[in-house]
Amino acid sequence: MQIKKSSKVYDVIIVGSGAGGGMATKVLSEAGLQIAVVEAGPYFDPGDPAQKTQLKWPWESPRRGAGTTRPFGDFDSCYGGWEIEGEPYTHTPGTQFDWWRAQMLGGRTNHWGRISLRFGPKDFKHKSVDGLGDDWPISYDDVKPYYDKVDKLIGVFGSKENLPNEPDGFFLPPPKPRLHELYFINGSKKVGVPVIPGRLSMVTKKINEERGVCFYCGQCNRGCSVHADFSAGTCLIFPAQKSGGKIDLFVNSMVREVLTDKEGKATGVSYINKDDRMEYELKGKIVVLAASACSSARILLNSKSTQHPAGLGNSSGVVGKYLHDSTGTSRAAFMPALMNRDIYNEDGVGGMHIYTPWWLDNSKLDFPRGYHMEMWGGMDIPSYGFGFDVNELNQYIGEKVGGYGDQLRKDVKKFYGSVIGISGRGECIARENNYCELDPEVVDEYGIPVLRFNYTWTDHERLQSKHMHNTFEEIFGAMGAKVLGEKPGAKDDYGLAAPGRIIHEVGTTRMGDNPSTSVTNKFEQLHDASNVFVVDGGPFVSQADKNPTWTILALSWRTSDYIVDQLKKRNI
Amino acid sequence: MLSACNTEAKDKQKNQDSPVGLYGRTEKEKAYDAKVMAESFFNEHEMATLAVLCDLILPATTSAGSATDAEVPAFIAFIVKDIPQHQLPLRGGMMWLDHRSGKLFNEVFLTCSEEQKKQLLDEIAWPNKSTPELEPGINFFNRMRNLVMTGYYTTKMGLDDLGYKGNVPTVWDGVPQDVLNKHGLSYDPEWLAKCVDQEKRGIVAKWDEQGNLIT
Repeated sequence: MQIKKSSKVYDVIIVGSGAGGGMATKVLSEAGLQIAVVEAGPYFDPGDPAQKTQLKWPWESPRRGAGTTRPFGDFDSCYGGWEIEGEPYTHTPGTQFDWWRAQMLGGRTNHWGRISLRFGPKDFKHKSVDGLGDDWPISYDDVKPYYDKVDKLIGVFGSKENLPNEPDGFFLPPPKPRLHELYFINGSKKVGVPVIPGRLSMVTKKINEERGVCFYCGQCNRGCSVHADFSAGTCLIFPAQKSGGKIDLFVNSMVREVLTDKEGKATGVSYINKDDRMEYELKGKIVVLAASACSSARILLNSKSTQHPAGLGNSSGVVGKYLHDSTGTSRAAFMPALMNRDIYNEDGVGGMHIYTPWWLDNSKLDFPRGYHMEMWGGMDIPSYGFGFDVNELNQYIGEKVGGYGDQLRKDVKKFYGSVIGISGRGECIARENNYCELDPEVVDEYGIPVLRFNYTWTDHERLQSKHMHNTFEEIFGAMGAKVLGEKPGAKDDYGLAAPGRIIHEVGTTRMGDNPSTSVTNKFEQLHDASNVFVVDGGPFVSQADKNPTWTILALSWRTSDYIVDQLKKRNI
Repeated sequence: MLSACNTEAKDKQKNQDSPVGLYGRTEKEKAYDAKVMAESFFNEHEMATLAVLCDLILPATTSAGSATDAEVPAFIAFIVKDIPQHQLPLRGGMMWLDHRSGKLFNEVFLTCSEEQKKQLLDEIAWPNKSTPELEPGINFFNRMRNLVMTGYYTTKMGLDDLGYKGNVPTVWDGVPQDVLNKHGLSYDPEWLAKCVDQEKRGIVAKWDEQGNLIT
């Protein structure tokens, strides 16, 4: 195949347009640099009538929102999933990792949960606390100014709580708790579990003149047509384009590799245009990878040359290693006090108005690190699955299960909004032997070698999950709720979700001061090539019991500032 | 003759399926939906049986239409093609039903009297009263009831019957006071003080250096 080369030389080529790539696009274009953004999926704007799913009704989907074509249902605004036709990945036998890929402008930020937590001082130096994993080469104080800037630019609601490892920020005011959340607050209090207002990136109060204010439809996973929640397209890339940034978008373009010269420095990227299935090359002075932790690792590993025989940035052999996803497990319960509810609109924001940050002392526990808890419930919009086992809960109140006819209408109303639940999301220690690597035998439909995963849980994670379920049951008990289903036990890893299922995977290009044990330096710059950076979750040394997005944004901004500074000093 | 039959079958199929609206489908998804729509699974007898079952499960009331009024059979006809795991249990289940009605009343289910139909359903509509002989019927009816309920309560008619109030722009300002009273709950004043003052949501946020909101 003839490779089509463009003569234009960009200042920066950014691969991927999610949180990390979007932030780099904004900051670097505002510095006046010529930017190419290369995105594997199509253009996406949640306000475009052709793409909008917000405020649609269940009957507008013939499958009523079922998950046949999108894993989180027809109305979820994410193109991609754990499986993508034509783009396989493989596993070392006996291990499991489910790899989520979002391919669209804005990436996963279009549908994510918007839980926007800062890592705390302890999270950057956790090895110094418990001897496990590694410390980051940076501390909270290095990142704090950027968290502050992200808060003010994008908007996150929350409350000042002065907790030691849950730093406060520049918060918008949180929404009031819903009815089930009031029950959660009271129940948790009874068993000594703290609950505070949620911290999510929805605009509950005007943040600037361009973006709208939340109108409480509870559908942030569908993307917001008035841009009142954070997504990389609506909050970073579109504004950067609007303010005159020199940005060329290449969509449906799947990057194969970073191209390098005789000195081993990057000269650009090659990519496949998915529409014409031809290969193209773009020239750039700097390459910023933001394709998601595993995709960026894959691109680096596929970028083999004389100077970088093991793949670009991989002289340490660390690319792909230390992969880790959050731990996660959930439990549902039936709340008799919520039967026969008065029905009103309680959609709220598209996520929790309250949550529990980690609150315990690990020295008294049989597992390391912590977890936070997300509480859910409410009178959700019906979609496929609504009304299944319509009156099974009758068994808890001594009434008959089953039947047909008018009684079923009463049963639906009786139990609507009476099922609640808690999800735990915790920290898994990054380990060298949890990794992704190239599978030498398999290519995707574009001829690009694919990833092979090797990932296992240990008792650290299993015991954490066991503890989560004990906590869930305590809280449910104190609320007067009846726990549903069997409590998971040792034989099913105490309900621990399979690796990759929480979609917080990070660590594959971890940062460090020592080039033999890390891939990037503390500015997310490859040790092996000074003009290549990674600004997704890859450089994370550890992931804390917190969702990674806010930290990806802060670090990408910090790295982008560093790039501008280094260009000025002519160091790159 | 043959082509006339095909056209007729296609027209019937069209009536079986719900329309696809503009709701953010990608081109690939549209093509997939069109392909699924063009297929057919149930035959005429099965569709007729399905419709009767739908209205036994959710008959009309004085204030709400029946399952067939809400076009639930068309939804089920579509969903079994979209989620093929439903196909065998429903097809086999309807055969089981006809077998059972044949045994009891010497009729297929469809031609039984209303009373006979209900007599049969009474055998299989209550999972906890099952006998091994009736297990296949109970499993079938559970699935039918699930699909009818979900098909009905995801239509406008169903949402109206439920009294659903969401999916419209609003301003959330807490649980209504009468609901709080009914549940014997109240907001903690300290918590409430942290929450958004909806009167000021349109004023651009500004903070002091300590992160305290000042607007």
